[in-house]
Amino acid sequence: MRALPVGDRALLVEVSTDEEAQALHADLLRRRAEGSLSVREIVPAARTVLLDGLDDPARLAARLATATLPPVPPRAQEVVEIPVRYDGPDLAAVADHWDVSPQEVSRIHTAAEFRVAFCGFAPGFGYLTGLPARYGVPRHATPRTTVPAGSVGLAGPYTGVYPRSSPGGWQLIGTTDAVLWDHARVPAALLSPGTPVRFVPVEA
Amino acid sequence: MTDRALAVVRAGALTTVQDQGRPGHAHLGVPRSGALDAPAAALVNRLVGNPPEAALLETTLNGCDVRPRSTVTVAVAGAPCPVTVDGRPAAWGAPVRVPAGALLSVGTAVSGVRSYVGVSGGVAVEPVLGSRSTDLLSGLGPPPLTDGTVLPLGTPMAPHARVDVVPQPRPPAELVLRVTLGPRDDWFTTAAIRTLTTHPYRVSSASNRIGLRTEGPALERARPGELPSEGMVLGAIQVPPDGRPVVFLADHPTTGGYPVIAVARPADLPAAAQAVPGTPVRFVAVRSRTR
Repeated sequence: MRALPVGDRALLVEVSTDEEAQALHADLLRRRAEGSLSVREIVPAARTVLLDGLDDPARLAARLATATLPPVPPRAQEVVEIPVRYDGPDLAAVADHWDVSPQEVSRIHTAAEFRVAFCGFAPGFGYLTGLPARYGVPRHATPRTTVPAGSVGLAGPYTGVYPRSSPGGWQLIGTTDAVLWDHARVPAALLSPGTPVRFVPVEA
Repeated sequence: MTDRALAVVRAGALTTVQDQGRPGHAHLGVPRSGALDAPAAALVNRLVGNPPEAALLETTLNGCDVRPRSTVTVAVAGAPCPVTVDGRPAAWGAPVRVPAGALLSVGTAVSGVRSYVGVSGGVAVEPVLGSRSTDLLSGLGPPPLTDGTVLPLGTPMAPHARVDVVPQPRPPAELVLRVTLGPRDDWFTTAAIRTLTTHPYRVSSASNRIGLRTEGPALERARPGELPSEGMVLGAIQVPPDGRPVVFLADHPTTGGYPVIAVARPADLPAAAQAVPGTPVRFVAVRSRTR
């Protein structure tokens, strides 16, 4: 674990794997909840957790340097199920890439147990890990100018669902009617870092 | 009966509703947002007797024209610009009474980029996650104003300030940004870091509320390949593949995949909000206060 200073009020804590990043994120949330950590933002990402709005980053960095990382806590949260029609425009391309039939893509994807590693790109957009590493796919070299809301896509090791229509370069395998973001709802985001997720197939 | 509302007659190039933003939601992909020149925004609220968190208008380059439906006190500050009420010149940087139905015209900035229009009672659109700010990156908050928009106003809390004019910083002829290197300065060559901290850059016309883009020599990477996405702070200086530094402003993405070579002091960012395209930019390396 290595803590890099980010300006005067923030630290970027680096770990080696996405599991470690999730464990560190859970531990930092626990410390904040019990009152031993005062920080405005805790932003997990692929291999890092950013702590922004710290009063004394140097002191925390020294503390983290000698800290050991506890294991990821068991999934206390209820699994969010997202119904998907596997009808995306890139379904055949992903099937080719995985060397399976399009029906197999839906079977593999719905069998995986996902977890939101981190959010970003747009409010409510979660980067979900859980697909075995051999199913990684590249992004499109040229992003689509418009990806419809509810599109389910793959990129690298991640699965994501577009909360609203936007440009995007992910390989689109399906569509959902689930509402990923609704600011009138509490909480506004269906997915937040750490949320366990499963995709459930529905008839196209 | 009063009708506390503001009718937008001319929205201008880009006029948005802003307040102090919505910090605390970065982990959900929600930018902080909020007025780019926060001291100017705080000043207009003070001048019209609003609390600091009241929402106001942020204009870009060519101002806006609005018509209040009830008598209000307004103040315009930030980028200096002509202010008129029904065509008659009015004060800039001071409280001005605008009668119900009169036309308040906020003109083109004579220097700087963003003028702030505070209205007694504040703009009372529905808050999203505790803020009324328009966030251009993620589309939260009210959309940018268009001609014909009618904005609700809140109830005035206090009388306006008893001042004629207040001193304000002038928009910068040269933008000096004090920066702390890192967290990814080791992804760049020593020559690139020297270039960043010694060579003058210029503000690019592609700048917006998301980032201040710059023109100047490209910064050379020492390490090829992609950085896994990581959290981004306000003032982060990200270097995309073209090698030109981008200084992240209030609507910046909360995570990003390009290396951050340095972070600008937040205290220097209000000046960045007022730097017109072409303004020279100097990045001055300072030691982190925490090391």
